[in-house]
Amino acid sequence: MGRVSVRFFARYAELAGCTWSHVNLDTPATVGDVIARIREVFPGTQAMPARPLAALNLRQVTLDAPVTEGDEVALLPPLSGG
Amino acid sequence: MMHLTRHRLEVDDLLAEVQSPERGGTCVFLGTVRNDGDVTGIDYSAYEPMAVEEIERILAEAETRWPDARVILQHRLGVIPAGEASIAIAAAAPHREDAFSACRFVIEEVKKRVPIWKKEMHVDGSTTWVDPSGKPVAEGLRDR
Repeated sequence: MGRVSVRFFARYAELAGCTWSHVNLDTPATVGDVIARIREVFPGTQAMPARPLAALNLRQVTLDAPVTEGDEVALLPPLSGG
Repeated sequence: MMHLTRHRLEVDDLLAEVQSPERGGTCVFLGTVRNDGDVTGIDYSAYEPMAVEEIERILAEAETRWPDARVILQHRLGVIPAGEASIAIAAAAPHREDAFSACRFVIEEVKKRVPIWKKEMHVDGSTTWVDPSGKPVAEGLRDR
């Protein structure tokens, strides 16, 4: 069992009801597994798209990226900077 | 120079970072909050540590592609009233072509890669998250 930090931003933070938390899940796991766990723990996030943008330790990754204990996964709504 | 700021953007500060006697062409891009419809301003938020790293990667890529150019950018966060700038980019190079190209490259990459979000603020006090894909962000919220 591993503990992964999760961060929510913008609209996704409103859906989750928080900006930061953590989830526990069996490792080895992927970012996609973390998102599946997030949907269970924070039901509001089920309104997110099926494959949201995600970052792992400050870099955008695909959902098959492996995560390990202590990693930080961030869920990113569609980017709208500039 | 800090890439993210909560203060008004000052173009002269960016120019001071990039201009030099050997760089004869300087290009400045300003992105400004539009008063679309009843929008009074935009509240910008960011995943700040990732945004800073991503901006630094983009600037490094620009300087790899245009080695004689110098490029800098600042993005403002927080509530920005319509008519004020949210992003400023300055690119200077020996000749104008590279200055324009580097400046264009940086703004396009920022739009695609930097984790920053905007929430429009309306005259009636309501707010709307902006989804650049053009889809409504949630049922009941206004379509863009």
